[in-house]
Amino acid sequence: MIELPTLGWQSIVILVVFGVSLLIATYCTYAERVIAAFLQDRVGPDRAGPFGLLQPLADAVKLFTKEEFFPAGANKALFIMGPCLAMITALMSSAVIPFGNVIQFGNNVFNLQGIEVNIGMLWVFGIVSLGVYGVMIGGWASNNKFSLLGAIRAGSQNISYELAMGMALIAVLMISGTLSLREITLQQSVAGEWHFWNIVKQPLGFIIFLVCAFAETNRTPFDLPECETELVGGYHTEYSSMKMGLYLFAEYVNVFVASAVMSVLYFGGFNFPFQYELRDWFVNSQGWELMSAQNLISVLGLLGLFGKIFAFIFFFMWVRWTLPRFRYDQLMRLGWTILIPLAIFNILLTGGLILGGIIK
Amino acid sequence: MQSLSNRAKKLEAKPMTLAERAYLPAIFQGLSITMRHFFRAATKKQVTVRYPEEKRPFSPIFRGLHVLKRDEVGRERCTACGLCAVACPAEAITMVAGERKKGEENLYREEKYAVSYEVNMLRCIFCGLCEEACPKAAVYLQPDKMAPPRFERDEFIYGKDRLVEPVDPSARSIRGIQLTPEQADALAQRMAQ
Repeated sequence: MIELPTLGWQSIVILVVFGVSLLIATYCTYAERVIAAFLQDRVGPDRAGPFGLLQPLADAVKLFTKEEFFPAGANKALFIMGPCLAMITALMSSAVIPFGNVIQFGNNVFNLQGIEVNIGMLWVFGIVSLGVYGVMIGGWASNNKFSLLGAIRAGSQNISYELAMGMALIAVLMISGTLSLREITLQQSVAGEWHFWNIVKQPLGFIIFLVCAFAETNRTPFDLPECETELVGGYHTEYSSMKMGLYLFAEYVNVFVASAVMSVLYFGGFNFPFQYELRDWFVNSQGWELMSAQNLISVLGLLGLFGKIFAFIFFFMWVRWTLPRFRYDQLMRLGWTILIPLAIFNILLTGGLILGGIIK
Repeated sequence: MQSLSNRAKKLEAKPMTLAERAYLPAIFQGLSITMRHFFRAATKKQVTVRYPEEKRPFSPIFRGLHVLKRDEVGRERCTACGLCAVACPAEAITMVAGERKKGEENLYREEKYAVSYEVNMLRCIFCGLCEEACPKAAVYLQPDKMAPPRFERDEFIYGKDRLVEPVDPSARSIRGIQLTPEQADALAQRMAQ
């Protein structure tokens, strides 16, 4: 039985998480342009507001005032459903991510997390696999061959790379023995052993997961579903106005969630180096209460996690403006003949190391 | 087949090494290159010219917006002979000639003058043939001014109000070069006589 205050707190956290995801996605559009510009020795948007910081607002106004266009012969209901599904699935997966440790007021303990479920990782995977429906339905309902081609590519690509992604994850689960993202995070914070983040135990798994995350979020070098040069705009060729905006937005929310999941799984989530030493220093030398010291550590951990997430988002953009797109057969060959065998090898390696007692 | 020059180079595709097949070294190389550019753009001054605030210097032989010159004592030089309009390959210039009345000698230098003189800046190709055709040294293309963007097409038809250079000598220029204060003073003294 969930108590009412907990339920209220959870709804607040979920609303805040949604808001933050949307805000971050909004400013990702700005950051993408500035980073792209800097990587190419340009200036980037600097007209709207100081340093162009109001650019996302200007974009939103532009998108909202554009014509809502429905192509002839399009299935109208599905045409509307596509971008909605893409957005909903992108936002839903952020609910289980543990953004921070507990915060305590008196006897009330609050989790800085939307919903704590013991199958958190499965939830993320399930929702992410649903995400392809938004793309598929939108591409199919457009009644346009380029859209359909983009949608088919998205479907096959996501299915192919989900396999390797899941297998990379299995190695993490073998170490942690749980699917709960909070548990996985807490296991990476053994007192005095801050460096025991999963990246140390799973370097190969992390690289596989990272590559697959790029493919799952349809980012360059795996952005074949959009593929401006071949498919006009891929699955969103026929979309205009805010429906188009929702697709673009969903991509950035996906990037945010993928960054958060990678930070949690491999980079210690809300843990940061010397957190317990810092807490003990506050308690012993500064005479703080244990509770308030722990709250401070939680808030710092929250900021730390966002730092890691932003670093990953930057990496996503950095790669996008560096690497060219894969050819479709190269994409499939990489997924099926390299990443999946590597992931299986990683599972065997991890199993062997666990049996040998080298990692636990 | 035997090549004609015998200089053809035989190429053979070597099999890729393991490092090349693994993609990752090449990817990191590429990432480091773009990161260098990132810091260059973030720290050094960028080459981009932020146009309305910042302008590139014009070339000294740049041909920009037209000006109808006045002579040393401030009279309009143009006699509306129409040679510029004839010379104009884009047919951008139109004018209406009029006769100078008594008492207007300080306004127009010759007995005939242009009542209206219009240049359509949307047609003009800024070739400078009007400048070469003018026997009275009246029309010039300024090397430092461009026709600014407007919202209405009408606004690109420049009449005498915008073409004739101002009477105030300090606001005047010779071939686009601003007069020094001494030159402006001399001009003003001569006009006062």
